[in-house]
Amino acid sequence: MSSNGPLVETIHLKKYFPIKQGLLQREVARVHAVDDVTLQVFEGETVGLVGESGCGKSTLGRTIVRLLEPTEGDVQFEGHSIAKLGRRALQPLRREMQMVFQDPYASLNPRKRVGSIIDGPMKIHRTAGKKDRRKRVQELLEIVGLSPEHYNRFPHEFSGGQRQRIGVARALALRPKLIVADEPVSALDVSIQAQMINLLEELQNDFKLTYLFIAHDLGVVRHVSDRIAVMYLGKLVELSPAEELYTRPIMPYTEALLSAVPIPDPDLSEQRHRIVLEGDVPSPIYPPSGCRFHPRCRYATEICSQVEPPLADYGNGHLAACHHPLNVDAQTLQRVAVAPETPRAADETALPEDSSGDSTPVPSG
Amino acid sequence: MAEKLLEVDDLHVQFATEDGIVHAVDGVSFELERGKVLGIVGESGSGKSVTAMTLLGLTRGVNAQFEGRIEYKGEDLLTMSEAELRRFRGRELAMIFQDPMTSLNPVYKVGKQIGEAIRTHEDIDSRTTRNRVVQLLRQVGIPHPEERVDDYPHQFSGGMRQRAMIAMALANNPDVLIADEPTTALDVTIQAQIIELIGRLKDEFNSSVILITHDLGVVADVADDIAVMYAGRIVEYGTKRQLFYDPQHPYTWGLLGSIPRLDRPKPDRLASIPGSPPSLINLPQGCKFRPRCPHAFAKCIEHPPLENRVAGTPPHLDRCWLTVEEKRDLRDLTIHGEAAA
Repeated sequence: MSSNGPLVETIHLKKYFPIKQGLLQREVARVHAVDDVTLQVFEGETVGLVGESGCGKSTLGRTIVRLLEPTEGDVQFEGHSIAKLGRRALQPLRREMQMVFQDPYASLNPRKRVGSIIDGPMKIHRTAGKKDRRKRVQELLEIVGLSPEHYNRFPHEFSGGQRQRIGVARALALRPKLIVADEPVSALDVSIQAQMINLLEELQNDFKLTYLFIAHDLGVVRHVSDRIAVMYLGKLVELSPAEELYTRPIMPYTEALLSAVPIPDPDLSEQRHRIVLEGDVPSPIYPPSGCRFHPRCRYATEICSQVEPPLADYGNGHLAACHHPLNVDAQTLQRVAVAPETPRAADETALPEDSSGDSTPVPSG
Repeated sequence: MAEKLLEVDDLHVQFATEDGIVHAVDGVSFELERGKVLGIVGESGSGKSVTAMTLLGLTRGVNAQFEGRIEYKGEDLLTMSEAELRRFRGRELAMIFQDPMTSLNPVYKVGKQIGEAIRTHEDIDSRTTRNRVVQLLRQVGIPHPEERVDDYPHQFSGGMRQRAMIAMALANNPDVLIADEPTTALDVTIQAQIIELIGRLKDEFNSSVILITHDLGVVADVADDIAVMYAGRIVEYGTKRQLFYDPQHPYTWGLLGSIPRLDRPKPDRLASIPGSPPSLINLPQGCKFRPRCPHAFAKCIEHPPLENRVAGTPPHLDRCWLTVEEKRDLRDLTIHGEAAA
């Protein structure tokens, strides 16, 4: 991990999707997909991003690589703001950030040969001549554990796991610094999942990659991540060093997520006290007031429905947004400071140094 | 002894395709007693879904060929005519499908679809049907069922749709409930709800459950017996405890090893099974797991029968030529990978 500051960071990032209705296509409501998320990803590390479907984790990933336009807030790559860049200005940055998609069946063009799929990014960015590119494609095929002879085959000739390898080879083609992997293993069989995870880890070591690893499976995330961010309904609710999240979750939502993961051991599974969350995730169009998790939280009190809890720093880089933090002793509770990652919409009295605490978050109009 | 509901004996299912004959199910046998949960575990292409669908006659077609017996309360479902089978389907044996998004008809109200399942087997008026549907929806935990009964599938969330599917399967109080990957499309938090629900309803309705999944964690919770399938065959069969605490087949070890576990320290590398499952058209000779098995030896070229090699009671069956001692020596290394080495 380098100390040079983050490779990529989001600053009070918001992404709302308008819902339009009627003849005039007037905006009647907004989906609060990502709501004020401040997150830093440092060079060489893997940040796992977890949450249930609809929590905004994929939207956050896509906004970071600028496949989506931020509504408000900033995205910085190597210290430069990229939130407002146009198509042309983004072009060179695209080489640095690549994406691996979830569905290996839908993310490869069925009418193109594997060679030209992997060659695509290099062709667009004109990185080399035709011959060199071909050599590079064959090299990439070998790197991801396929054979160079697969160059002329079509995607349908491959299994799910092999296709996902092709997707990874395509992402690696331009030697990017950052790879946003959006549920890269959730469509694969367990035995193939393990192969894929091991491959991604090897590639990270060999090519000094930085990963933002989006997944809903806490087991997979623990395995690959250095730090883990938990999202709920568009908000970052907990951010922690990977191992600590599992031994000492602070936010009740994280606790519930962890206890829902099945353990492949009958005795442990029986002994374990399970917290089964009631109901579904509320609609991100009209999120609940205060703490967004309060309607499903078993510790919720009155304050939870009224005041949004700020992200507090519990030490060791462990942040959480909760009025009733778990696994925290009285001493720590005394000295917790509000983290600079705290959403702006939070109770303002809890933020004495809001303006000085952060770099330069410029609100956009 | 409990009542034996279902007995599958040496079931073979083959499909003729342009590329050749697909041996989807290759000699599968198991029994199901009332009140029990049988977990069938395997990866895509292991034949677990085809086995389940064949129980209900859903794989019948011009290109399909069957052999063996499926005996339900003494009658053979496999040779039964389509019309006869229809008396059983939904009423005696019902299925919960994997994908609640595509299994419900988007243009009919949820209540109507569940009601249809009831009225197929019973001659009752629409008001009684509606009341029954509302009650079913309440039983599966859908809030405000009186209003929700008139919703369309798109107005339900993924978890609620799966609950509606379960309500539909339970509509005629079936004796055997077949759940084909009921939680794969759902979030972990919802998965926990659904598994708990299936376990509770099984007791309420006094049925048996066949739970098909690729996730050993899911069956660890609710199953009584577990069958592990690979390339159309059962490679290991035993009680839940036998399978988790004394696994005999290298494929089972591989499956157990590839799950990232939250209850153990993190290993440097996940144990994984090399390669991918074989094509069901060109199956390897002998043990079908041989090409991927790190412990394969000369004898594996011969077809290993499913036998009680550990002399377990109740029988703990597996298909592996290694001796029991060899297995016990080798498996920890395979399951725990380099961490244990």
